[in-house]
Amino acid sequence: MSETITLEVLRYHPETDSEPHFQNYVVPYRDDWVVLDALNHVKDNLDATLSYRWSCHMAVCGSCGMMINSEPKLSCHTFLRDYRGGVIRVEPLDHFPIERDLVIVMDSFMDKLSSVKPYLIPKQDKPLSTGEYLQLPGELDVFHQYTQCINCLLCYAACPQCGLNGDFVGPAALALAHRYNLDSRDGGKDARAEVVASNEGIWECTFVGACSEVCPKHVDPAAAIQQTKISASVDWLKGLLTPGAHK
Amino acid sequence: MNPRPYVRKVERSWWLQHPRYVAYMIRELTSLFVGLYCALLVVGLVRLAQGQSAWEGFIAAFSSPVGVAFQLVCLVFAIYHSVTWFALTPKAMPLMIKGERVSGTVIVGAHYVAWAVVSIVVLIGAGV
Repeated sequence: MSETITLEVLRYHPETDSEPHFQNYVVPYRDDWVVLDALNHVKDNLDATLSYRWSCHMAVCGSCGMMINSEPKLSCHTFLRDYRGGVIRVEPLDHFPIERDLVIVMDSFMDKLSSVKPYLIPKQDKPLSTGEYLQLPGELDVFHQYTQCINCLLCYAACPQCGLNGDFVGPAALALAHRYNLDSRDGGKDARAEVVASNEGIWECTFVGACSEVCPKHVDPAAAIQQTKISASVDWLKGLLTPGAHK
Repeated sequence: MNPRPYVRKVERSWWLQHPRYVAYMIRELTSLFVGLYCALLVVGLVRLAQGQSAWEGFIAAFSSPVGVAFQLVCLVFAIYHSVTWFALTPKAMPLMIKGERVSGTVIVGAHYVAWAVVSIVVLIGAGV
């Protein structure tokens, strides 16, 4: 008999279940399969009722984040071979309500993301005829890593503060705010500060650092938040020393 | 039936579920001892202001076996706190000089050098 591996998957169907429960599936073991391949095998061959999100299968779309043996991971980026001989426990991302099986409700994140105004707010609007807002490669380097976020939400699942306080704006949204604050073409720092520098913003972060450890794109949200804390403190001090002056 | 998203509770023991959370909680705990030691130094200043006998009483208490043991515990926690904090500094203060990122090792190393310099100045000031 060819080798197999067992997936222990958290199931929840709101129509029939009062709470989630685990269901086991035995799937073929393949060296080159990732957990997402195994879930697709279940869906196609064993149980068509299993629900989960996925799209690109190449760590770009950010849809297939799950708890794999209690660690937030992209299921398309997690090989079965790293769990050979054991059981793989697959659960929906921590700190989010479960919509169905492995599908989470991410509305709260979408609200938080839009609240930090994650887009360029030019210092001065200029007419299209004057051309692009130019930027030097060195100016891009300053924030490039923070542009790599794919909104996979692994950082929210890893961050205990996100679990303990649902209002915390959270790592990805704050990292993206920092990305725009650092952009040489942007002048929206003050407009973002109301959310970013609030109690539910950067100050809810206690620098556990788990967000950066689990980030599949090496965005390092923990770094972005600590830098924003320093920058917000400097702005606060400037405001204190020069009352009435523009920051 | 309308969809009912299921909300999972965070267990009180969440911090025991991964070594990274345990390490974090230890770091948080160490700050308690750093704070306690700072509070004791403030008490020392108050005793100094109260006169010679009060100050000598404070020094005697600090030099007693219990006092020394407490200071040793505080020292261990302070070192743990400082070392783990220094390790995190490249995240909080990434430096770019002439368009090049300064490596984390240099930033961490600079903190140790500053720590050594401040310690030497304090020791010289204390007449050691």
